[in-house]
Amino acid sequence: MKLKEIAKVLDAQFITEAMDADDLDISSACSTDLMSVVLYYHSMNCLLITGLTQPSVIRTAEIACIKCIVFVQGKNPNLQTIELAKEKGIPLLSTPHSMYSVSGRLFQAGLPSSPEK
Amino acid sequence: MTPEINGNVEGSFQLIGGNFTNAGEASTQLKMKLFEFGVDDAIIRRAAIATFEAEMNVIIYAAAGQLHYYITPENIKIRVEDMGPGIEDIEQAMQEGYSTAPEWVREMGWGAGMGLPNMKRNSDEFMIESVVGEGTTVHMTINLNE
Repeated sequence: MKLKEIAKVLDAQFITEAMDADDLDISSACSTDLMSVVLYYHSMNCLLITGLTQPSVIRTAEIACIKCIVFVQGKNPNLQTIELAKEKGIPLLSTPHSMYSVSGRLFQAGLPSSPEK
Repeated sequence: MTPEINGNVEGSFQLIGGNFTNAGEASTQLKMKLFEFGVDDAIIRRAAIATFEAEMNVIIYAAAGQLHYYITPENIKIRVEDMGPGIEDIEQAMQEGYSTAPEWVREMGWGAGMGLPNMKRNSDEFMIESVVGEGTTVHMTINLNE
């Protein structure tokens, strides 16, 4: 699923510009506020849905090869987090919807969960 | 693909407890180094995750620590030692979900009790030694040729 399409489904705004939002292909998603869960269950070309906004989320995403992060419930990260995301080339989105709703919308749109085991 | 490593490469990083701002920097640099050597992506990912979890444990629990890596054409050996409180019951600490992390660490998304199991899961060899009141040392080996 293309990132641009994901943003539309989630009524999400881009916090950092994604150069390739039209082409960036996301193949699964993971919803969590636990960083170790990201490191445990992620997969390639995965999207992270989270309510945490501190810089270590970006570090975790980079290590786990997460392609994009969606912040739920209208949360906006601080400048430090945004700068780090820009440096690492990880697009950030903010959506007004809850984690449950975001997961449901994406699942319904055909985006599967990252491996559960 | 065989990684292009001529001879052995080693290095180390100093880790400072509580420094969440730079947390992950050592793992990121190690990841870049393995990438330069042409190591397989899946192996890089395993090495990066194992190292990152070890790095975070030092930052969360210890006053300071050191991460040392040694790369040969066959494998990467990572040793992370800290001056921390030590682990009383290693067997218990290795269980998924067991954590002694304080509330403020959990609020930041850490301390889910999956760090040590995740290090073991991503390593080909894993060993942990700990002395209460002195510190903990984790040894991990990841084979570079599957």
